[in-house]
Amino acid sequence: MSAGKRSNEPLVWLLFGVGGFFAAFFLPVHVLFYGLLFPSGLVHAPGYQATLALVRHPLARLYLFALLTLCFFHAAHRMRLTMSDVLNLRHLNTVLAFLCYGGAIVGTVFTVWLLMTV
Amino acid sequence: MPQYTQYQPKAYRPRMSAYWYLDQWRYLRYALREASSFFVAYFCVLTLVQLAALGTSATRYAQFEACMGSPVMIIINAIALAFFLLHAITWFNLVPRVAMRQMLGRPTPDAISSGPNYLLWFGATVILALFFLGVL
Repeated sequence: MSAGKRSNEPLVWLLFGVGGFFAAFFLPVHVLFYGLLFPSGLVHAPGYQATLALVRHPLARLYLFALLTLCFFHAAHRMRLTMSDVLNLRHLNTVLAFLCYGGAIVGTVFTVWLLMTV
Repeated sequence: MPQYTQYQPKAYRPRMSAYWYLDQWRYLRYALREASSFFVAYFCVLTLVQLAALGTSATRYAQFEACMGSPVMIIINAIALAFFLLHAITWFNLVPRVAMRQMLGRPTPDAISSGPNYLLWFGATVILALFFLGVL
């Protein structure tokens, strides 16, 4: 009896699920401060040197790596399903999977590169 | 031995409108919740751009900050925040409810299953805010 083809779905779901928790816990406060309060001037922005020092801390790099990577894969999985189900693009499922998960992998590579060079 | 016909009728598949999510509020809410993923991807890319500017020079980071202060970016980020909150609330309500039922084999009140997530969310938000403000 030959072994059946293994599905990638559990791995994708794991990344989607953990990424969903990271997005829910951490993204609102990120966009609140760096997308609204600091740029609008309602709260004084910490400035270049302070932000650079914060990002260069090893724990901050680890946190940003986990946050961005998992959120990229969470978004990729949900975007694929949204375009497939909500926009009725099931016939393009393979192309969508390639674009979404490929985009998440490219995002992960850029994340690692930027966190190592910043 | 019965003789079967080779004719295989096609399965009935009702045609679905391209705008089916506008039929009911809960369909629209589902579609909006799923659409939050586009804003998650947008903000991750924006954070990468911020990191790239940060790693280049103080001048480039000042340009990034000036761009973020434009009204268009403020509006987009306000919309992103609304989608993130929708994602967070629906996620915290749904996932623990399902997980607790799987573990305990019976349904639990929402306050018990989802409550700890909201407490953790509040704690994480306060800690990150203190880091962003330079207090910690």
